[in-house]
Amino acid sequence: MTAVGKSVARKDGIGKATGGAKYADDLVFPEMLHGRTIRSTIPRGRIKSIRYDFDTRGFTIVDYRDVPAKNAVDLMSQDQPFLAENEVKHMAEPIVLLAHADKDTLNAAKVVIEYEEQEPLFDPEESTLSFRNVEIIKGDTDEALRTADVIVEGVYRTGHQEHVYIEPNGVIAVPEEGGVAIYGSVQCPFYVIKALRCLLGSAHPNVRVIQTETGGGFGGKEEYPSMISGHAVLLALKSRKPVKIIYDRTEDMVATTKRHPSIVRHRTGVTREGKLVAMDVDVILDGGAYVTLSPTVLSRGCIHAAGPYSCDNVHIRGRAMFTNTPPNGAFRGFGAPQTEFAVEVHMDRIAERLGMDPVELRRRNALKPGDRTATGQTLRDDTSAHMVLEEAVKRTDYARKRKEWKGTNKSIGLSLFYHGAGFTGAGERTLKSRARLDLTPTGVRIAVGSTEIGQGTRTMHAQIVTDALGIPYETVEVAQPDTSRVADSGPTVASRTCMVVGKILEECAHEMKEKLGGLSPADYYAKHGAISVERMYEPPDWIQWDDQKYLGDAYATYGWGCDVAELELDPDTYEVKPIKLTAVQEFGRPIHPALARGQIEGGTAQGLGYALLEKVVMKNGAMANGQLTNYVIPTTLDMPELDVVMMENPYPGGPFGAKGLGELPMDGPAPAVVSALRGLGLDVREIPATPELLATTPSI
Amino acid sequence: MRFNLNGADVEVGAHPMSRLLDVLREECNLTGTKEGCGEGECGACTVLIDGEPVCSCLVPVSQVEGAEIISIEGLGGDHPLQKLFMNEVGAQCGICTPGMIMAALTLPDEPTLDDIKTALAGNLCRCTGYSAIYRAVLKWKNGETA
Repeated sequence: MTAVGKSVARKDGIGKATGGAKYADDLVFPEMLHGRTIRSTIPRGRIKSIRYDFDTRGFTIVDYRDVPAKNAVDLMSQDQPFLAENEVKHMAEPIVLLAHADKDTLNAAKVVIEYEEQEPLFDPEESTLSFRNVEIIKGDTDEALRTADVIVEGVYRTGHQEHVYIEPNGVIAVPEEGGVAIYGSVQCPFYVIKALRCLLGSAHPNVRVIQTETGGGFGGKEEYPSMISGHAVLLALKSRKPVKIIYDRTEDMVATTKRHPSIVRHRTGVTREGKLVAMDVDVILDGGAYVTLSPTVLSRGCIHAAGPYSCDNVHIRGRAMFTNTPPNGAFRGFGAPQTEFAVEVHMDRIAERLGMDPVELRRRNALKPGDRTATGQTLRDDTSAHMVLEEAVKRTDYARKRKEWKGTNKSIGLSLFYHGAGFTGAGERTLKSRARLDLTPTGVRIAVGSTEIGQGTRTMHAQIVTDALGIPYETVEVAQPDTSRVADSGPTVASRTCMVVGKILEECAHEMKEKLGGLSPADYYAKHGAISVERMYEPPDWIQWDDQKYLGDAYATYGWGCDVAELELDPDTYEVKPIKLTAVQEFGRPIHPALARGQIEGGTAQGLGYALLEKVVMKNGAMANGQLTNYVIPTTLDMPELDVVMMENPYPGGPFGAKGLGELPMDGPAPAVVSALRGLGLDVREIPATPELLATTPSI
Repeated sequence: MRFNLNGADVEVGAHPMSRLLDVLREECNLTGTKEGCGEGECGACTVLIDGEPVCSCLVPVSQVEGAEIISIEGLGGDHPLQKLFMNEVGAQCGICTPGMIMAALTLPDEPTLDDIKTALAGNLCRCTGYSAIYRAVLKWKNGETA
């Protein structure tokens, strides 16, 4: 009886459906205080004075002077303070922390901060400070543009997107003998450890992070938990009591990271027959006030900026710019949804200019095995652009609908997209992530730092170990991540938890099987006692990557997708009603088909929200609609019928042929929707395509 | 303040304007009811008050004097809809699940897909795109078990 490929019972148990599962806010510790963050109310300036306009008895108050070692969130850079010292660079920047046993007393406390205001910078195109520049050069784009039959140019824009995990950020810091423990809603427990080591230094070496049940992440709990954990720890160390900080929805929306807004310029040369001969792409991301993860978001965005197409001459330039807005950060797709939106809308415009069917243009250029990408990577057999495109066109009866619906308010459009799985380039080699299997009296226990945040980590890892070890699925346990007890399997990001961490676990299971020498885990344990197997990830040996020149194998493999959007436009209100979205996606092989389907359906919903509904309104450098009343994500009534097709093309380097999946579904819906809107004659080049935008959009 | 909670009479000492959500979570120690937004938009805190699905973050406890309240804990752990939510992956991260289940309980027999969408329109889920939730609810209403 094998487990992989079947929708076996999930390792989560029933707790999520009974209310028994414990999330951060469900935990209470003796003598626990509540923490609150006092934040800047201007986008840029110097702090002149701080006055505590309340009776401070019973309060714990922390500012930057309470930092034991270094006042910097240690991520890619160390530029972002846990607490502002003299200057603030964005709205809602943390300045002072308060803690009190009574929530009402805490929330009533008034802190008055006086500033010397300075002129803020909000426009990334006016900014002169770039956190990182990326340049990818293949062939000679300038020369090829001179010989092209037709040149098409365009500018494409995407807005912020808020994660809206239904559980806001929250952690509890608990002093314990010799150190402090963090219980929290986190994607990457070892990122928090790194940040706390920098904050606390050698005086407090014993910190551990325990992931509580986590109510969604989508990248929004990748880096920000380091900040909130640092705050809770500072309050806990000063008060010597457990301190819980749970953000309310507005604080979470206004203060924490979002998807980077983008401006992407394309200049493309094609032949009359529709062959791409030169692609010149310029990518600008709005990074916000601190570096966070912007350099890698930009990197992934640029690598995906030419789309899933073959072209001999490509020049991609990218910059992640400083602005006086709250820092943007990781969000499912990590730069690729922005740049793939741009290239797909641009491809439709090229087809319009050539008088060619958009499907035919894609057929003539889509990547095949043996083709070279913009970074010069030669693609392998697990390249499925044509397979997903043809299946989607056939399944949706695309050509007939496109013809028959012409002149009506109904329209159909599609997008072709791909997504690199795992860390970029040499990233997985540098990361050296590890996984461990422990023998138990009844089976084995998986001990990794990879977190279950809804996507099915526990279950899918257990399935892989089950089949690799050849033992019953029920005898495989999964440890809740506690950094003092599990191996550092790297962050739960980049669609790497199945493909990369699952692979290490598969290898651990093989080694464990050899050690057991034919005995069952229980028999071996009874005879010889506990053993463990821990292994480090070894990426495929053929991966070559030059991080200076941005040349080589950017990703070990890619997932491939074609989304088809069918929709109807209300000609009076400009409201768009999606009727059906068909998502044809190839991601190697599904380990757990029902969970995999859930990733595609959920990612597609987020993509539809990104396309049509989710508009972050920024006023004076802060989100003005920081509540779910007027930042609208798709409800049941906004969602069309979803038709999901999971195609297989195994990746030999993944466990049982699996590739990464989590981010792929985010890339396709927005360009598919805009493709359909273009079919109605609207020259849409920007999302979200709200009625307000469409009402003022020129005709094609 | 007295009301009936999951079949038992309870008396709470909270301030009359306390949110029912806080009273359930903090005074009654029933943390299955979740807070997602605190403004009645997300539905994560849905409970049944005299059989009607209501966002408990919007209800001052003084309003439920004498009422019958069912929270997710009132279902025990054996309700077929709970198991179907897990098996059909209608629950991913699980934070919206208790509220979603409470709202689904009010559906009539043999609901159409539109009935389900309407009944759950006040409950946000960011993980599933809702399709798996429909599958779980339809199976439950068809008398199937997990």
